[in-house]
Amino acid sequence: MNTVYLYTMVGVGLFTLGLYALLIHSHLLRKILAINVMGSGVFLVLVALAAPTQGAVPDPVPHAMVITGIVVAVSATALALALVLRVRTETGRAELPEEPLE
Amino acid sequence: MEAISLLPLMTLLQLVFDTLLGFALLWLAWRALASPELFQAIVLFIAFGLLMALAWVRLDAPDVALAEAAIGAGLTGALLLATLARLEVKNRAKSELEKKHEVRVITEKSKHQTFFFLLRMLLFMVVATGLVYAVLTLPENTSGLAMPVLENLESSGVSNPVTAVLLNYRGYDTLLELSVLLLALLGVWSFGGIPKPYRSFPGPVLNMLSRLLIPLLIMVAGYLLWVGAHAPGGAFQGGSVLGAAGVLLLLVGWRLGTRFVGLPLRITLVFGVGIFVSAGVVFILLGRQFLEYPPSFAGVLILLIEAAATLSIGITLAALFLGGRPEFRRHK
Repeated sequence: MNTVYLYTMVGVGLFTLGLYALLIHSHLLRKILAINVMGSGVFLVLVALAAPTQGAVPDPVPHAMVITGIVVAVSATALALALVLRVRTETGRAELPEEPLE
Repeated sequence: MEAISLLPLMTLLQLVFDTLLGFALLWLAWRALASPELFQAIVLFIAFGLLMALAWVRLDAPDVALAEAAIGAGLTGALLLATLARLEVKNRAKSELEKKHEVRVITEKSKHQTFFFLLRMLLFMVVATGLVYAVLTLPENTSGLAMPVLENLESSGVSNPVTAVLLNYRGYDTLLELSVLLLALLGVWSFGGIPKPYRSFPGPVLNMLSRLLIPLLIMVAGYLLWVGAHAPGGAFQGGSVLGAAGVLLLLVGWRLGTRFVGLPLRITLVFGVGIFVSAGVVFILLGRQFLEYPPSFAGVLILLIEAAATLSIGITLAALFLGGRPEFRRHK
């Protein structure tokens, strides 16, 4: 069990944890947190697989992809948070209804 | 002799550290997603982001570590806390009822609860097993794209391979990423003005500290931009540090003068994308491909594009934190 597999497994764990939280919580802010944790899991898998195996240099392409991913994630989060505030002003609550809407 | 005998010990210590870090990450993520208090959840999420930065360092990705610490933990946390504050202001009248509602999802018991719990567990076991299988069956010891990147590094104009990938080899990705950032701001602005109940009264500590920190942050942003050509750093790291300076300014109550809010602000926001696109178009006219730079002055071009991008990223992130379109035709 080397470092690469350790971190890829943590990445898979984070993704699954985030997916679980995304589905069970009805509060929109928690859903946004969950999506961010899922994203971190994906990034961790990508970078862990790019890590050098035997003293070589790490692959810079996944690193660049992850930096791009982090910026896109923060953009999406900002837009989602603005949407949450808007949902709150429109409906008076920042969470999904328990019962399906008619 | 001593050095040789220390080597297995160091490997063991590193393994112990990695294992602890891995468990800490999973535990923090779980606590952040399960804690009943939203404020606590967000603070745990910020801590999680900082530990992620540590994991990037362990995985030999210092560029990603810088981006994560500044954006992933810092700015995302600031955005989440600002939104929570705005929700709470509106929340004050509803008080306890709402808070109970928040945790009801976890505590509520019903007849179907057990069935759905088992169904969920089954679903997640399948997802987790599938992912673990997919990751473990990936081909081992592939060199990836590390060698082609390093072989062409000399003609890219910079000596930091990550910056070379971001600004030269995969310039399209970065251009589109800047556009996504701009698009997100456009989306936020389309909801209208800045949310009303947002007045912060900075204490003396924040007031003094911001005066000390903001010049320092601007200097660090410039340094990261410059150093990105040959060491970890670059436009995104520099831009997010600049964005952090902007957030700090907004927190102490500073607002952009109304005469700058109209056209000057908008031009600054699209400056990065504008320079990027025009650099690409100029070389099409000179008979090259879009975003293909001649090796002789690729370095200068990349620095120019990165400088414009840093400014735009910083201002965009601060504008996203403000959470609405600043009004520029206000009459007193």
